[in-house]
Amino acid sequence: MSTSSSNFRTPRSRAQGLGSAKHGVGHFVVERVSALASVPLVLWGVFAGLRLAGADHEGAVAWIGQPVNAVLLSLLLVVGLIHLKNAMQVVVEDYIERFATKTALLLLNLFVSVLTGALGVFAIVKIALTGAI
Amino acid sequence: MVELALPKNSRVQAGKHWPAPAGATKVKSFKIYRYDPEQGGNPRWDTYDIDVDACGPMVLDALLYIKNNVDPTLAFRRSCREGVCGSCSMNIGGRNTLACTHGWEEVPGKAVQISPLPHLPVVKDLIPDLTLFYAQYASIEPWLHTETPTPEKEWRQAPEDREKLDGLYECILCACCSTSCPSYWWNGEKYLGPAALLHAYRWLIDSRDESTGDRLDALEDPFKLYRCHTIMNCAQVCPKGLNPAKAIAEIKKMMVERVV
Repeated sequence: MSTSSSNFRTPRSRAQGLGSAKHGVGHFVVERVSALASVPLVLWGVFAGLRLAGADHEGAVAWIGQPVNAVLLSLLLVVGLIHLKNAMQVVVEDYIERFATKTALLLLNLFVSVLTGALGVFAIVKIALTGAI
Repeated sequence: MVELALPKNSRVQAGKHWPAPAGATKVKSFKIYRYDPEQGGNPRWDTYDIDVDACGPMVLDALLYIKNNVDPTLAFRRSCREGVCGSCSMNIGGRNTLACTHGWEEVPGKAVQISPLPHLPVVKDLIPDLTLFYAQYASIEPWLHTETPTPEKEWRQAPEDREKLDGLYECILCACCSTSCPSYWWNGEKYLGPAALLHAYRWLIDSRDESTGDRLDALEDPFKLYRCHTIMNCAQVCPKGLNPAKAIAEIKKMMVERVV
């Protein structure tokens, strides 16, 4: 802190820090667009969930196999994961200061999101194209 | 890193009690944060029971009364005593505000609790170290930037463009907003905070300024600007009734306008 006599860095230099990263608006826009896209997708997801709850295994496979359902289900998963990944990133940036810990958590967040999305989309595509899980 | 508890050497301990003078007609307790780095030790809560019939209606009046009549060692900043200078900002009854415009009768509860603005290093008693806060304000370059040769008379501005600065130019830099913002608590070194950003917006929308793009470039950063999560504490505590959160939202809108 500025009261410390052990370093002679000026307050202005501290305030300036490493300067502007010149990005952030992209993240801001994606957060809002993914939120907006989630509204119809989640409404459809609730409808789909109710529909699937009453179906047996074969019925569910057949339902997911329909092109519109497969595409919307994939979009719901991907859009949801993009939104979740961005939100988690903000939480980590807010509360974790140590560079190594922060970077590790941000990478974990990214990898878990991408892996979940890839597995989910693969499963949906497999059901849609082969009719089996 | 988020700190949920104060470090051991900052925990506030019980302090002295100064009883009311004999013959007091209306006694009110003031529980005040005390810390003197020269004496060392932990900070403490001192309680002053004073006869409020003998002092003025504002918290600052009570503090001045204590300093003049009870305990001259109490340290706090004050100057204009009418909400113009922003010197006497402090945390009163759990809320950042100006001691000079806040009446002690407005504070609920038995004792009026007064501590320095939160989450800043304490210089002494109610005096926080605002060095970084001022440097952050300076870093947004709060002056007119122009390339066009200076006109012979003044830079002209339409009345409707001047009106856009209302609700912004009134800021007195008391730091009540920034130090009430959790984002500023957690990332105060990297996030500019509501006060500096409100001023940044004041220059961004000044029709006479010629470096809007450069100003936006300097702000577009995940930490400097985007740590604002619209918590709104800033707008809630501002003793001048300004809305820094709205100014920040306007900056974010300008950022989007540049790319859409």
